[in-house]
Amino acid sequence: MTQHGENETPADEARVEARIDGGKLTLTISGDWLLASQPPGREALLAMIREAGDVHEVGFSCDRLGRWDAALLVPLQALQEAVQQAGVQLDDDGLPEGARRLLRLAATVRERSDVRRVREHDNIIVRIGNATLEALAAGRELARFMGELSFSAGRLVTGRAVFERRDLLLFLEQTGANALPIVSLIAFLTGVIFAFVGVMQLQRFGAGIYVADLVAIGMVREMAAIMTGIILAGRSGAAFAAQLGTMKINEEIDALRTLGISPMDYLVLPRAIALVLMMPLLTIYAALLGLVGGAVVSITMLDISLVQYLAQARSAVGLNSVFAGLLKALVYGVMIAISGCQQGLACGGSAMAVGQATTSAVVMSVLLIVISASALTVIYTVFGI
Amino acid sequence: MNDEGTAHIEVRDLALAYGDRVVQEGLNFSIARGEVFIIMGGSGCGKSSLMKAMTGLLRPSAGDVWYEGQPYWAGDEQQRQEIRQRCGVLFQSGALWSSLTLAENVALPMRHRTRLSEAQIEELCAWRLALVGLRGFEDYYPNELSGGMRKRAGLARAMALDPEILYFDEPSAGLDPVSARLLDDLILELSASLGTTIVVVTHDLASIFAIAGRALYLDAGSRTQLALGEPAALREHCEHAAVRAFLSREATVPADAGETG
Ligand SMILES: Nc1ncnc2c1ncn2[C@@H]1O[C@H](COP(=O)(O)OP(=O)(O)O)[C@@H](O)[C@H]1O
Ligand SMILES: [Mg+2]
Repeated sequence: MTQHGENETPADEARVEARIDGGKLTLTISGDWLLASQPPGREALLAMIREAGDVHEVGFSCDRLGRWDAALLVPLQALQEAVQQAGVQLDDDGLPEGARRLLRLAATVRERSDVRRVREHDNIIVRIGNATLEALAAGRELARFMGELSFSAGRLVTGRAVFERRDLLLFLEQTGANALPIVSLIAFLTGVIFAFVGVMQLQRFGAGIYVADLVAIGMVREMAAIMTGIILAGRSGAAFAAQLGTMKINEEIDALRTLGISPMDYLVLPRAIALVLMMPLLTIYAALLGLVGGAVVSITMLDISLVQYLAQARSAVGLNSVFAGLLKALVYGVMIAISGCQQGLACGGSAMAVGQATTSAVVMSVLLIVISASALTVIYTVFGI
Repeated sequence: MNDEGTAHIEVRDLALAYGDRVVQEGLNFSIARGEVFIIMGGSGCGKSSLMKAMTGLLRPSAGDVWYEGQPYWAGDEQQRQEIRQRCGVLFQSGALWSSLTLAENVALPMRHRTRLSEAQIEELCAWRLALVGLRGFEDYYPNELSGGMRKRAGLARAMALDPEILYFDEPSAGLDPVSARLLDDLILELSASLGTTIVVVTHDLASIFAIAGRALYLDAGSRTQLALGEPAALREHCEHAAVRAFLSREATVPADAGETG
């Protein structure tokens, strides 16, 4: 807000002097009032008013005022408010034209009493309490989301759910086909690691051939599903949360609602279907690649043939193990879809919030995967699957 | 209007293109210090692109923008940085940083580009928000405000470094007529009080006649500037029918305007 002088002369020292003349306080402002040169602040001016005591009018004399910017206006605004509160007349004729207009502009919109926010600094107990309440609220929100999703699934079954075929195909490709390279790599290496550890231990008892059992049961029942789940949580769960969060910020989700289209059906269902279909398929694929990894290690490190390895592996896993693995994959798929979509739809209104929603989606997916893995293992044991 | 000395901003032989597609070419005009200058034209004629070239966001395919006799694009990065710091920009949708409060939005340029103390910055934020009528909204996040309030907060941020030049992209877009008018008045009041040079990009006739500075008309068909002058005078006497039609809101665009859009 500099009143631009042509030459950059060094600043004259900014001063303000008070003179009282028959009940009128006149402030004589002189020198250059620029932010860079630290002129007297609001406290200095307010102190002058207080010292002046009983006056009925405050005026200004600015004949020797040089350059000025917001450094002059900030204290003057504080002064103007203090003077008005005290019920004293303010005569701004002595101020430069520009300053007078700006001060009037700043004073035109009065502050509404209800807008300002108090910044609170809570103590540790309050914060723990709040965190607990938030966690409970998040749990309720998740339960509500699951409920809505099951209604939505009901509408899908009765053919009343509205969404785009095209979207579904796209998500199938993104969650399934595009994930193949990373799933291949991780599944193969998991098989290799399983077999390697197995060979080291079992060889000591001359039971090397049982490595095939170890890899087959481990991959088919547990590891294929859990590895694929974690990969899809990071790939697709995060992507869904970011997509839906951005749509929420742009009011795209409100736009769907106003058209009477349920965001649950239109946005969440195709994503959930894609995950629920692709998780078991990718899990079968991962289990097979894990077996391949195991075979490579077994054949090179032990004295067994591929045929022996395959025969041993086949005898180890029955149909119930395959079923156990696939059911887990299906459940993990649902968990990832729920976490990703719920966090996305619950996203706040800022760019930061999208990042947080994405992070929470992945953390929550992994958490839910591990919890349901434990729960299912207990159930399988009880029912002897 | 700017006979004395060098113009504040001067655009010479400027051409704008995206890839091979020329949007505007042969642009020549100058803006005096303290002037309120309007860049107008139909949607898609290249107004925002021109503003981007003037504010350093889009490299022109030919020509240059001169600030007080200094070429912007021909200069080195340090000169450009120095020029950019003298310009404030209000973007079409406000472009406030969504994860910062209004006070933090206004404070950010001051924190990084000046040596003011935290206490000074806080006072200045309050002052600038008061100037745009947002007193007391320091701790609000952008998504808690109406469109008009976001625009005004964007204005407070654009003014944070006491710019000599303020650029506005469609200030009235998305606002109701009353809020739009208030914002136009605020822009004019600030320019009169602060002596800031103001460049307004707009297609809004109400704004154009309310602001009433010199106006430059960009034509989408011929891809160049057609007219420069006071909007009221251009509406009555401009030699180009397209300009008269635009300013008098006539639906039928004459044949010589060519394709638009
Ligand atoms: N980033 C971009 N890439 C390619 N073309 C663009 C880009 N931005 C704008 N355009 C094109 O340039 C032309 C001018 O756009 P713009 O300057 O935004 O117009 P205005 O602001 O006058 O409405 C339009 O035809 C638009 O399609
Ligand atoms: Mg534009």
